[in-house]
Amino acid sequence: MSTTQTDQSETLQDTPLVIAKKSFTNRFLLGTGKFKNKIDLRDSILASQTQLVTVALRRIDLERHEENILEYIPENVTLMTNTSGARNAKEAIRIAHLARESGCGLWIKIEVINDSKYLLPDNEETVKATETLAKEGFIVLPYMYPDLYVARALVKAGAAAVMPLGSLIGSNQGLKAKEFIKILIQEIDEVPIIVDAGIGAPSQAAEAMEMGADAILANTAVAAAGHPAELAQAFHLAVQAGRLAYLSQMPLPQDIASASSPLTGFLYES
Amino acid sequence: MITLSEIKGILNNPSPEFLEDLAQQSKQITQQYFGRTISLYAPLYLSNFCSSHCTYCGFHSHNRIKRFKLTDKEMHQEMKFVAGQGIENILLLTGESYNVTPLSYLKQAAGAAKHYFPSIAIEVHPMETQEYQELFEHGVDGVTVYQETYDRSRYAQVHLSGTKADYDYRYATAQRAAQGGIRSISLGILLGLADVAEDLLALYQHVHALEKNFPGVEYSVSFPRLKPIKGENFAKCYVDDRIFIKIICLTRILFPRVGINLSTREKPQLRDRALELGITRMSAGSNTSVGGYTLKSSEEQDPQFDIEDHRSVKDIITLLKQRNFDPVLTDWRRIENKIP
Repeated sequence: MSTTQTDQSETLQDTPLVIAKKSFTNRFLLGTGKFKNKIDLRDSILASQTQLVTVALRRIDLERHEENILEYIPENVTLMTNTSGARNAKEAIRIAHLARESGCGLWIKIEVINDSKYLLPDNEETVKATETLAKEGFIVLPYMYPDLYVARALVKAGAAAVMPLGSLIGSNQGLKAKEFIKILIQEIDEVPIIVDAGIGAPSQAAEAMEMGADAILANTAVAAAGHPAELAQAFHLAVQAGRLAYLSQMPLPQDIASASSPLTGFLYES
Repeated sequence: MITLSEIKGILNNPSPEFLEDLAQQSKQITQQYFGRTISLYAPLYLSNFCSSHCTYCGFHSHNRIKRFKLTDKEMHQEMKFVAGQGIENILLLTGESYNVTPLSYLKQAAGAAKHYFPSIAIEVHPMETQEYQELFEHGVDGVTVYQETYDRSRYAQVHLSGTKADYDYRYATAQRAAQGGIRSISLGILLGLADVAEDLLALYQHVHALEKNFPGVEYSVSFPRLKPIKGENFAKCYVDDRIFIKIICLTRILFPRVGINLSTREKPQLRDRALELGITRMSAGSNTSVGGYTLKSSEEQDPQFDIEDHRSVKDIITLLKQRNFDPVLTDWRRIENKIP
């Protein structure tokens, strides 16, 4: 994204989002589940201008008669298969292998979930799967609970990005894990931080981008909207707005008043 | 956890506005967690041999019906037909006869089903953990086991003999299946067999306990309504459509991520409406007789229960699309199942 400020000579230049040496000019990623039909999905992809989408391997039907979801994903959009349904590292690894064998490429979003009630990721198993798949040459983007130790372990294991959850999958609750995501943003600079899960409104996406997240992934909110493509476009604009705000070095809210110096001001009084 | 008096209060509340409010909540929650998608599956009966005597069931051991068990060749023929209709999630069923359909037979059936279906579930006699583990490793991902009723005295009245007469062994079946590695477990009560509110509470407690002990399993529930068989009525109480819809909505509100199944034993008019209210899985194009898809003429068939919705898989897919739902046929990619 590059922006031009017409009333000033200075131009804010953004760098592209780079994941595993691949550059993306758009910082909004879209999940493809839960749409009421595949036309809505295609229109949402186009309206969001996303360049990277995630599809569950379990929903891809290559051999059979059902209309194939992949046909609705434009060719210039990078496909990242996710390991939805995996309950441990071994299953995630097997799903990744099947994805590769099915011709879905090497981009894998690791989802290891062993809790059907909250759908929280199993960080320990996620690290194991990341390590194995990264060694095997996959481009691994692990979905994780925002824990700094785990994020470091994922980077060490070869993750191409780290994807902390904002809140529970599908909850539309936004950035419940905000303070911990901030820590990841501050401390993990080797790979992009992509906020995934729970982002239910463009304003929440903008908030994450203002904080310095590198990208946002959303799905449920768009899929369940009355007009999915319009909301997808709104997300695109919000992510752009949040990114621009971040680049602008927008003054962040302060917890204490800073207008005066009640404790030390006397030192400067003449 | 909800209390019995709260459930009774909800089921007995006559207000149409109350029911509408319940339905609106249920719809909103369902769409939030499942989107506008409905998964489709079909049953395939492998055998109707049964050594249990359950008074309300068309297959029970004292009923003079023709007994069949599909051979390997017949299984393939039936499975090929069902897969040809577009179904990818198959539910393999037998009667409750361990002797006629032992583990080895079920493994054989799973082996055949793997050729046609990415996802295989079974609804058969309860087994031991080790047996579930072996079936899991042979490609079975799901187990359906209904307690039918959680009222022990009523349970004893209607389950007169055979393994099904053992309440506790049946109750612990879901736990053994989960220990055996099974990914998805479906529970259910036969509405009308006993007090509905009491059965609902006990079902909720059962699901809750399983979620706590086996959080990695995907759970779903079913609410078949007891139907007369050859004119004979076994119901203790009548569950009308309003109560039925309330049960679906209440279950959805209490268990946002639990799947709710709806079979073809319900009429098309009700199924079409229930779609919007909390259902996440439907059977389609079903036949409930052994060999009923390709091997037996309709006169030769002794179904376990009568089907009310005779529409084909294709018809259901068309209907779902018209109603702005995505019919999900592919929802699993078979991976080699191994116990960690």
